[in-house]
Amino acid sequence: MNYQLNFSAVWRDFPSLLAGLGLGLELALVSIAIGCVIGLATAFALLSRRRALRGLASLYVTVIRNTPILVLILGIYFALPSAGIRLDKLSSFVVTLSLYAGAYLSEVFRSGLVGIPKGLREAGLAIGLTEGQIRTSILVPVMLRNVLPALSNNFISLFKDTSLAAAIAVPELTYYARKINVESYRVIETWLVTTGLYVAACYLIALLLRMVEQRLAIRR
Amino acid sequence: MYQPPSWFHELWAARSAFSAGLLTTVQCSALAILCGTVLGVCAGLVLTYGRWWGRWPFRIYVDLVRGTPVFVLVLACFYMAPALGWPITAFAAGSLGLSLFCASHVAEIVRGALQAIPRGQLEAGKAIGLTFRQSLAYVLLPQALRQVLPTWVNAATEIVKASTLLSVIGVAELLLSTQQVIARNFMTLQFYLFAGVLFFLINYAIALLGRAIEKRVALL
Repeated sequence: MNYQLNFSAVWRDFPSLLAGLGLGLELALVSIAIGCVIGLATAFALLSRRRALRGLASLYVTVIRNTPILVLILGIYFALPSAGIRLDKLSSFVVTLSLYAGAYLSEVFRSGLVGIPKGLREAGLAIGLTEGQIRTSILVPVMLRNVLPALSNNFISLFKDTSLAAAIAVPELTYYARKINVESYRVIETWLVTTGLYVAACYLIALLLRMVEQRLAIRR
Repeated sequence: MYQPPSWFHELWAARSAFSAGLLTTVQCSALAILCGTVLGVCAGLVLTYGRWWGRWPFRIYVDLVRGTPVFVLVLACFYMAPALGWPITAFAAGSLGLSLFCASHVAEIVRGALQAIPRGQLEAGKAIGLTFRQSLAYVLLPQALRQVLPTWVNAATEIVKASTLLSVIGVAELLLSTQQVIARNFMTLQFYLFAGVLFFLINYAIALLGRAIEKRVALL
């Protein structure tokens, strides 16, 4: 084997790789934020007393969780216009990832809500809080603290899913990596650097979330 | 007057493309799950019981792969293997990427399950004269298996979903076959929906199977 490593082509385009990474992080952040809202609403719907609401929520979660995200991305970007809904590639990707995130996060939130002792809700009722107040000031904060480790796992995997935006030509990290790969033929170097960037980003996110976890932990 | 062919007509005309795509999806997913599980169980055992010089390489491998999107992994295998002087087909490269991904996840699942078993059980095995291999086979692994099964089934559906990424490197699995059919008849909405439903059915079937197995092996 006589492959000579030569990183010059990759270094020349390194700024665009970094810009791609930045866009990926941005997409992940926006989608996760929207996904958290969808997930929270769905989690409460899953635990609702109304059967129709429960059925609808569990249909949404089951369908999204069992469909490949690439099919969802391509379907929403390419197929929805023929139903009259036209989105540009960035917003269509954000919509897809938010829907996807919502389905995954709702399961996390649901298990967190189920794990809260009944007494907390009853205590809230006893001091005269309404159902809505109990949710926003008791259930959600307690649940969030408990599910934080599971949330960070989900956030990281959602960030990694932004790589699929390259399939609809959103210029994020994987898109630039493929471009550099094809233009320079420095195959090994390109993918080594790309992998390194992804791993570093995931590690940073994990560290950041662990810090949040430690800060929010209840000292006993 | 010209009547465009109906959806069912188009579907019937594309039946061989769809069945071939479905077969390829099943083949590469099954191959990846099989190889990934074997490799992952070995890695998980070393991660739990190995010496530090055995643990380190596997730790690096698992963290590296888990910090990289599957998409990047598949692309990297596809482009890097020939550059390193190993000419493999797109199918093989894709399956390799999926297997590496599956193995890293299975390794973590197995490690988690084995570490959840109280240390006293290994010591108890030693006390009644079992060798390490015997206590592994008769005491630890049967218990770990119960823990692992639900998560492992989850990992299997993840692999089926990730197999759609092979469409990008030109493996004519279900998604690429669908795209080829769409390129011919432009029935975007109908056929993306059809592909989505097929993937949903595969994954839902696996999930149901997993639930049934879980019930069978559960301790009463």
